[in-house]
Amino acid sequence: MLPLSLRTLATRTLLLLVIASAVSCSSLPPEDGIRVVSAEKRIDLTGPIVKVFLTLKVENTPTASEASRVLLAFTPTEVQHLSIVKATRAEGKRKKKAFVPLSIEASELATTAPDAPRLYSVLLSTPLKPGDATTLEVLYMLTHSLEPFPAEISQSESQLVYYRDSAVLLSPYYVLEQVTYIKMPSNRIESFTRVDPTTRAGSEVKYGTYNNQMPNSYLPILVHYENNRPFAVVEELVRKVEISHWGNIQITEQYKLKHGGARHKGVFSRLEYQSRPSVSGASSFKNLLVRLPPRVHSVYYRDEIGNISSSHLRTDSHKSELEIEPRYPLFGGWHCTFTIGYGLPLQDFVFESVDGRRYINLTFGCPLLDTVVDDLTVKVVLPEGSKNPQPVVPFVTEKHLETSYSYLDVVGRTTVVLKKKNVVGEHNVPFQVYYEFNPIFMLAEPLMLISAVLLFFVAFIAYLHMDLSIRKSS
Amino acid sequence: MAEPEVSPAAAGGGGQLRNVFGGVLCAFTLLLIGVVAFSIRLFSVIKYESVIHEFDPYFNFRVTQFLSKNGIYEFWNWFDDRTWYPLGRVIGGTVYPGLTLTAGTIWWLLNSLNIPLSVETVCVFTAPIFSANASWATYLLTKEAKGTGAGLMAAAILAMVPSYISRSVAGSYDNEAVAIFALIFTFYLYVKTLNTGSLFYATLNALSYFYMVCSWGGYTFIINLIPMHVLLCIVTGRYSSRLYIAYAPLVILGTLLAALVPVVGFNAVMTSEHFASFLVFIILHVVALVYYIKGLLTPRLFKVAMTLVISVGLAVCFAVVAILVALVASSPTKGWSGRSLSLLDPTYASKYIPIIASVSEHQPPTWPSYFMDINVLAFLIPAGIISCFLPLSDASSFMVLYLVTAVYFSGVMVRLMLVLAPAACILSGIALSEVFSVLTRSIKFQLSKFFYDSPTSPGDSSPESSTNSTKNENRNEKSETAPKEKPSKKNRKKEKEVAESVSVKPKKEKRLLVLPFELSVMGILLLIVLGGFYVVHCVWAAAEAYSAPSIVLTSRSRDGLHVFDDFREAYAWLSHNTDVDDKVASWWDYGYQTTAMANRTVIVDNNTWNNTHIATVGTAMSSPEKAAWEIFNSLDVKYVLVVFGGLVGYPSDDINKFLWMVRIGGGVFPHIKEPDYLRDGQYRVDAQATPTMLNCLMYKLCYYRFVETDGKGFDKVRGYEIGKKHFKLTHFEEVFTTHHWMVRIYKLKPQKNRVRGKLKKPKASAKTSSTLAAGQKKNPWQ
Repeated sequence: MLPLSLRTLATRTLLLLVIASAVSCSSLPPEDGIRVVSAEKRIDLTGPIVKVFLTLKVENTPTASEASRVLLAFTPTEVQHLSIVKATRAEGKRKKKAFVPLSIEASELATTAPDAPRLYSVLLSTPLKPGDATTLEVLYMLTHSLEPFPAEISQSESQLVYYRDSAVLLSPYYVLEQVTYIKMPSNRIESFTRVDPTTRAGSEVKYGTYNNQMPNSYLPILVHYENNRPFAVVEELVRKVEISHWGNIQITEQYKLKHGGARHKGVFSRLEYQSRPSVSGASSFKNLLVRLPPRVHSVYYRDEIGNISSSHLRTDSHKSELEIEPRYPLFGGWHCTFTIGYGLPLQDFVFESVDGRRYINLTFGCPLLDTVVDDLTVKVVLPEGSKNPQPVVPFVTEKHLETSYSYLDVVGRTTVVLKKKNVVGEHNVPFQVYYEFNPIFMLAEPLMLISAVLLFFVAFIAYLHMDLSIRKSS
Repeated sequence: MAEPEVSPAAAGGGGQLRNVFGGVLCAFTLLLIGVVAFSIRLFSVIKYESVIHEFDPYFNFRVTQFLSKNGIYEFWNWFDDRTWYPLGRVIGGTVYPGLTLTAGTIWWLLNSLNIPLSVETVCVFTAPIFSANASWATYLLTKEAKGTGAGLMAAAILAMVPSYISRSVAGSYDNEAVAIFALIFTFYLYVKTLNTGSLFYATLNALSYFYMVCSWGGYTFIINLIPMHVLLCIVTGRYSSRLYIAYAPLVILGTLLAALVPVVGFNAVMTSEHFASFLVFIILHVVALVYYIKGLLTPRLFKVAMTLVISVGLAVCFAVVAILVALVASSPTKGWSGRSLSLLDPTYASKYIPIIASVSEHQPPTWPSYFMDINVLAFLIPAGIISCFLPLSDASSFMVLYLVTAVYFSGVMVRLMLVLAPAACILSGIALSEVFSVLTRSIKFQLSKFFYDSPTSPGDSSPESSTNSTKNENRNEKSETAPKEKPSKKNRKKEKEVAESVSVKPKKEKRLLVLPFELSVMGILLLIVLGGFYVVHCVWAAAEAYSAPSIVLTSRSRDGLHVFDDFREAYAWLSHNTDVDDKVASWWDYGYQTTAMANRTVIVDNNTWNNTHIATVGTAMSSPEKAAWEIFNSLDVKYVLVVFGGLVGYPSDDINKFLWMVRIGGGVFPHIKEPDYLRDGQYRVDAQATPTMLNCLMYKLCYYRFVETDGKGFDKVRGYEIGKKHFKLTHFEEVFTTHHWMVRIYKLKPQKNRVRGKLKKPKASAKTSSTLAAGQKKNPWQ
């Protein structure tokens, strides 16, 4: 099996190299003289999400002009699975060292060929002067990048996965010195591609040091190892936030959860699952941790056929933790759906800004820890009568407005809908929705009810004082 | 409710104020009774959760979901392919739509007001809402018969009668929940029409009857009870035009309306359940004609005509009856459906239809269940009957007749205890109210005597005033109940006579009615204690006995509450991890739940309309593995679900129901014989069990690898070690077992590939083909 896959890999490598070089000839960004002095790539494969920490020391050649951005390159597959990219720049010397977050945007360059590397540019806060050097810390996360192999396992087997990457850094720049570390959860590593110098120490594999790599060089590697961490994938999550200015924020989250690892095959024996929990169903998971804001109240956990009785809520002043168990343990390929709902005190999350507008300040992502959300929809239902909603989210999302009706609404509530694909825990950052709201609207529904009751009584009084009979009774 | 206008304002300003106060008090009491009726049924929501209960409610819930999603026309035409595979079921034409339409309307109304309640929530709370309605209807009905006091008493008793609670706790979303309200309300409108002779109420009565027909198959009780009462009135010489108005429109309009309900259709005129009403309809017309002629002719001429008519009429009647009997006798089930027949002949079901007999709620009740379900009412009923006879009116005779028939039916089937409950409540209400009024009146009288007698001479004024007040009260009651009633007129005359005589000899008259002061106080106290006992029992029954939803079980142990949520675990697994079109076979009890909660196609369900199909599943469950696999495979089944309680001690599991599968299967496929599964007439699954039992599919699926849990295979329900401990499954594989092993799901293994060049020996193949040929009866789908 292995030699075969290696051979295919080798051909693929060749192909890629050819293409890459072709691309580098045709459409490389205008030379700004940047080159990577040293690069260190640390790939964390311990969880279901691939985390890559990249430390780049770049310098601008003395002869070139000022550089205002540094390009990062990803393969097209990586871009598909790329969930988040963050970059910081180390500023100051030694003790006063501070990391300044930098903004990143997808670069339009070099996307002509179908297999060409996609480029992201890191915008530097202060341009890099010719001859200067700086250090960039880049973090990016890839979801769905671990391919289970074998794709189907039985209850007693543990889960093995493939990870594919390059031994050398894919970069549009000339790389002087580079090293790659791959960290795996356990010592059980079935195989890994050797691209000398390659060393293995326990659960870590080190590729490199490689020197003087040409731009866009790519040396594919394949790691086959054991990963029994829960591959919890939320296929769809709809978070609905309803604001009531009477003092409550109600959040309802509907999950479609899936075990994204190797598919379960054949028998599921409860007996073995219960009597030998360590070996049986090692890759399955039966509980999840949800981190909720503090002072959460009226928490419920149910699905379409009723309450799910297995959950625990722990609250303290800093956070609330809800430990939930799906109705059944999830094995590879199994699905389940559930809904979590909770209330939050209004004053903790809704504030008045200086210009008189109100804004709600909430966390964006999924409160489940260590999960990937394929498709996240956040709906912020503003109270009836609010105007000019304006969401402020620190990253790109799809936005639109709709109207929803609930609890005796007449004109409907403005709802801000934000959609994002491929969300991970790093997306749990605050976002705001600004809106204008006149408190007089709070009284609309009580007044409506009062007038309805009044009308009822008036009608009743009128009925009692009227004689509706056809024949006059004497 | 007692409007102030209705009561005669004879007593002047003070009396009017009292009436207004009484009216408000009455309305407020009724409101509180409604609140009690609603809230006593919420124990299930508080103790468990807001969830649909048991089996049939799940079907009703699913139908309601369909209705709310697709609208009424889609609902009438709904062909459900998720059940009775491969036959399917026409839901729109085979359900009583009343409950579904009621809940669907409530949901639609709430949603059009933008109140976002889910269909499930509406369904859960439909039953408590209608219980409140039913207690108000009881108030109205009893008021018609015996006045406001009895009405309030009866309503309060009905609000918490355990028998009715057992069918209408929150979540028990079943036909009976609305049907009992419809039943009482129909009776109220009938009695109201009988008392007033108003065509308006007669029309309402027909509409209410229509609602009842929509809601429950028990409407035949109404259409037989009312004719019986009409007949009773005619026989006892109580015929009046009011009786005619009360009955004739009901039969005509009611039958026409009933025929509109798809599930009833032409049954409304073609089955013998309805014949009694037509017969009485004819008799009523004959009697009406007789009375009309009697008014025209002189008494002597009338006698002559009478003899003539009677002789001719009898001949015609006999001919009609003979034709009817012949018609009825010629039809296979004698024109009666199985359930109705088992009502008339309690042994019928167990003799001929094991499916009906296998349902626990179709068994005759035991004595303790009477005490459990109607409690002290059982002792109060006789007193109620007596007070119905003093004086006997049309309304009170109806109550007595209702009670007597309901007692009979409840004796046949546990389930019909529900019909008895309102009758018992009404009569007990009447009894209690009579006793209270006698006791309080005597206390009042004694007190007034005590106050006025002691200081000065026995003045005539004081007893007179008190009698006046009682007289007024009596008149109030009478005038409220039946202003045009004949007997009441008589009574009033009598009253006047009494009142006149009272002034002459008041003391002697009163002594007959009045009890000693101490005795009355004691009596009242004892009655209050009795009432308290009843309330405590009802609350206990509501909280402990009747609130369990049966899909989630709890047990209380030393280390707290333990929840067994295995059913929903299994259904959730099925719904998320199997293919949408997979077929699941299980015993019919779990059919409705599987379609509603797991949304998977089932072979049989709780509707039990096709005995052969159920027998096929029963046969498969009681066959050895290979034969069972063949049956299931021919039915396209992919998963088999069994319920097993042996690990945690859940007694109503499939092993305990297994004998019914054998009986029902054996009823259609004679190669399944019940004695093969019994050792010396005893049903057991331990080492003494027969080999047929230990090799049948049900045994194997339930106990597969069970021995490995404790090493011995000790079954906690049966209380012994199982017979066959180590065995392998060859045609099925375990795909899911719930946390407490209560539900186990197996998958049929695919047919083995034929290995090329390694064909089976010709002998063996010949053998299998011959068994196939011989076993054709075994599998009807091949």
